[in-house]
Amino acid sequence: MVLTVKDVTKSFPAADGDVPVLRGVSLSLGRGETLALTGESGSGKSTLLHLIGGLDRVDSGSITVGGREITKMNDTERAALRRSDVGVIFQQFNLIPSMTVEANIAFQARLAGGFDADQAGRLSKALGLTEHLNKYPEALSGGQQQRVAIARTLTARPKLVLADEPTGNLDEATASEVLGQMLRLVRETGAALLIVTHSQSVARRMSRQVNLSQGHVV
Amino acid sequence: MIPTALTALLSHWRCNLLQFFAMIAGLALATALWSGVQAINAEARASYDAAAATLGEGQFDQLLPRTGDVIDQSTYIELRRAGWQVSPVLEGRLRTEAGSVRLVGLDPLTAPGTIAPVGMQEDANFDDFLTRGVLFAASDVAESLAATVTQRVIVDPSIAPGVALSDIGVAQTLLSAEGTLSRLIIASAQPIGLPALSEVAPSLVRQPAQDTGADRLTDSFHLNLTAFGLLSFAVGIFIVHGTISLAFEQRRSVVRTLRALGVPINLLIAMMISELIVFALIAGGIGVAIGYVIAAALLPNVAATLQGLYGASVAGTLQLRAEWWLSGMAIAVLGTGLAAAGALWKIAQMPLLASARPRAWAVASGGTAWRLGAIAALLFVVGIGVAIWGRGLTLAFALLACVLISAALILPLVLRGAVGFANQHARAAMWQWFWADTRQQVPGMSLALMALLLATAANVGVSTMVSSFRVTFVDFLDQRLAPELFIRVEDEAQSLELEAILLTQAREVLPLLSTETEIAGVPTDLFGVRVGPTYRENWLFLEETPNVWDRVEDGRAVVVSEQLARRADLWTGDRLVIAPNLMLPIAAIVADYGNPLGQALISEAVFHELYPDLVPMSFGVRSDDPTDLRDRLTTEFGVSETAITDQSRIKAFSLGVFERTFTVTGALNILTLAVAAFAILMSLLTLASIRVPQLAPAWALGLTRRKLGQLELIRAVVLAMVTTLLAIPLGLMLAWVLLSYVNVEAFGWKLPMYLFPGHYALLTLFALLAAALAALWPAIRLARTPPSNLLKVFANDR
Repeated sequence: MVLTVKDVTKSFPAADGDVPVLRGVSLSLGRGETLALTGESGSGKSTLLHLIGGLDRVDSGSITVGGREITKMNDTERAALRRSDVGVIFQQFNLIPSMTVEANIAFQARLAGGFDADQAGRLSKALGLTEHLNKYPEALSGGQQQRVAIARTLTARPKLVLADEPTGNLDEATASEVLGQMLRLVRETGAALLIVTHSQSVARRMSRQVNLSQGHVV
Repeated sequence: MIPTALTALLSHWRCNLLQFFAMIAGLALATALWSGVQAINAEARASYDAAAATLGEGQFDQLLPRTGDVIDQSTYIELRRAGWQVSPVLEGRLRTEAGSVRLVGLDPLTAPGTIAPVGMQEDANFDDFLTRGVLFAASDVAESLAATVTQRVIVDPSIAPGVALSDIGVAQTLLSAEGTLSRLIIASAQPIGLPALSEVAPSLVRQPAQDTGADRLTDSFHLNLTAFGLLSFAVGIFIVHGTISLAFEQRRSVVRTLRALGVPINLLIAMMISELIVFALIAGGIGVAIGYVIAAALLPNVAATLQGLYGASVAGTLQLRAEWWLSGMAIAVLGTGLAAAGALWKIAQMPLLASARPRAWAVASGGTAWRLGAIAALLFVVGIGVAIWGRGLTLAFALLACVLISAALILPLVLRGAVGFANQHARAAMWQWFWADTRQQVPGMSLALMALLLATAANVGVSTMVSSFRVTFVDFLDQRLAPELFIRVEDEAQSLELEAILLTQAREVLPLLSTETEIAGVPTDLFGVRVGPTYRENWLFLEETPNVWDRVEDGRAVVVSEQLARRADLWTGDRLVIAPNLMLPIAAIVADYGNPLGQALISEAVFHELYPDLVPMSFGVRSDDPTDLRDRLTTEFGVSETAITDQSRIKAFSLGVFERTFTVTGALNILTLAVAAFAILMSLLTLASIRVPQLAPAWALGLTRRKLGQLELIRAVVLAMVTTLLAIPLGLMLAWVLLSYVNVEAFGWKLPMYLFPGHYALLTLFALLAAALAALWPAIRLARTPPSNLLKVFANDR
């Protein structure tokens, strides 16, 4: 298994006490598998994705990525895991505005110390970014920026790709096209994909779907 | 990983060159002002030390010729044979291609230890000095001498400026003055039972060691310059703080992305600290270099000022001193650390999942302004406590810091209040929008306006201080140098004889009767004065009771110096024990700047009763034609040239030279104001980039871009005006603290404070002009913003 989540709970402090967001969530994901995490707003989808990506800490339970239990890792070890094994695609793209498209695509792979220029070139071509490589992100449309974010993640060849509403800012046609490219490339790299989405049309294109409601898998 | 992450961090500056320039320039300017002032101070102090160490002038009593300016070498030999421990000096001007050099010939075997002329260095030795004709001089003098003399010239930076030293024999040869001397230095320790000078060398007269009280005035000048340097640095730090805060705000999203992609926060912080240290070193280096240029440009004026005022010799050129290079770099790094600490702390504490959108660039919005206001109030209260109960120089500077910091922190609240008031009274829709928008801009401009506040306050404070210093000093010169001539006598007989002559020749004769004694436990010079028009018309008091001079003349009161009054904890009206059987009330307190001793003035008659054997050893002489009187005294009555001092010339020269002080402070004032204008410019330019979303709706609703540009200009001027109005009382408070508090704590005397309303009005105009000039470029840029940029705000496709 690339990912194993076991009995994870998480709550956030509020004015009138802690608010539980995840109440014992368990799921798993194998190599090459794609999974859609759906649910209403506030159901805990993004929180679970952040916990899996090592961006936040669980209250209880365990999460294992690539055989390593991240819930026992400190900040530095989790940062190292994000560099090497996990790729996160954000809804807001989170590109580095002061670096060119080409440098952005290469960035995570360089951080991980495993940049492959050919792979980056192939991904750029596949995502239709070749003519934009020397531009800065602000010169691109939202769909193009999301493609750059996908290329950045996949160039680093992570074992697990986490995507938080990756097409949420795109129109329907662009969203469909970008999603198709992402799925194809994930299959090619053999990574596992966990995608958080509100969209049923996106969810239907994944091999599995998990619905979260009030902090539980339903 | 590190190079990749570093590339991402540094790429921010590549895309924000203006911001990078603002940070480097702000820090460089801050360092420049600091190091420039430090360089001037360090150079001046080093020069005094060199002058004192090499020439020993003023340190020892000396023997001078009674007439003319030459002593025969045989007189020296007779004195040595009689047991007098004296050392010969020959001085003269040696012409070189570049002008002339003051050549001083010494005898190293007999010279008192502290004025031993030469630090015998690796390429010279005592033997060289004595036998082979070596000259020692600072590098510039050595260069000009090389082509003139055949002797070897060794560079020694510790030699006083414009001076070359040699063995006296060499000097006699070079000056073609074989067998003659200029003066003889008397060693402090002399054998017991020496024959009187009049017996061995009747042609010589003894000149006592000079009073070093002037050092205190010089120290005061330096202290004030240092305070000014610190203020200037504070202004610069506000710029750096503003720039760094903005840069870090804008990089929040990058930091979050880097962390999400696996860069540990500790590493990020370490990289940012390293980045800042490198920037600080670069900017510090540039700043020290600029400071060097400022100091080099101002030093001739400083040198002339100090030389003219206090007789302290300062070289007109700078040496590259390692200590102020290092201190400049250190202060740049320290200042950057100070400015960046808050921003770094925020980044370190920022949760990984926090909103990455840059927040409004605000240091003082809403609750923050009130919190800063509360801190300001607290500091103000602390300052009042220090002013009332504090003692010592450290606390005096703490008071200064409390006043300045609290004023800077209260500024956002004052501005919000002023803008809110204007908003309430605005009727037209456009002005309502303008004031509401201005209120929104106050936080973003706060730091730049704080810089303007400090710069203007420093300007007001320093100008007030220097002008007050000048007025006081002119009064002091008028008072103390009122007699046109001063004449020294050697003995009692000559005193009586000369007084009789002077009474027939001069308009007024003022015998300077004095003795050193102890009054109220304070070492004091007690003077017996002949009260007349000169005292009545020229002496100004810090505090006085009615009919001061009448009461002194009648022997019913005493006038004391401020130092004596403060140390004895007495003031006007208090009674002072002058001698065992004499207690007089203090009629007035007089300023006596720079004198470490106390001073008390009683009438001549009372003085004679106390000290019947003492006669005046010098006289002040009032004359309508001092040149003629001088000629007559020397030719007809045989008074020695060296015994007469023409005070009117010294006074005129001193006053002329004092004006140069204004060149120095004026230049520094202009620089500080320019730095503040730069801060405003940078704030407006950086704000302009995030202003478009706020301005686009106003543009869409019918305001033209030109109108928007005009309003931006008006906004800057209005905010600058409120700031300047606050800066004037702050500057006056600063001057008061410096003159009445810091000076008293540092030197024991207080300078009176004068106000110069015309200057403040002009300064307000300059500050507004600086703000308007700074706002002009951003306003023009705004007026020319392409409509497509404004339309982007309404586009939702991103």
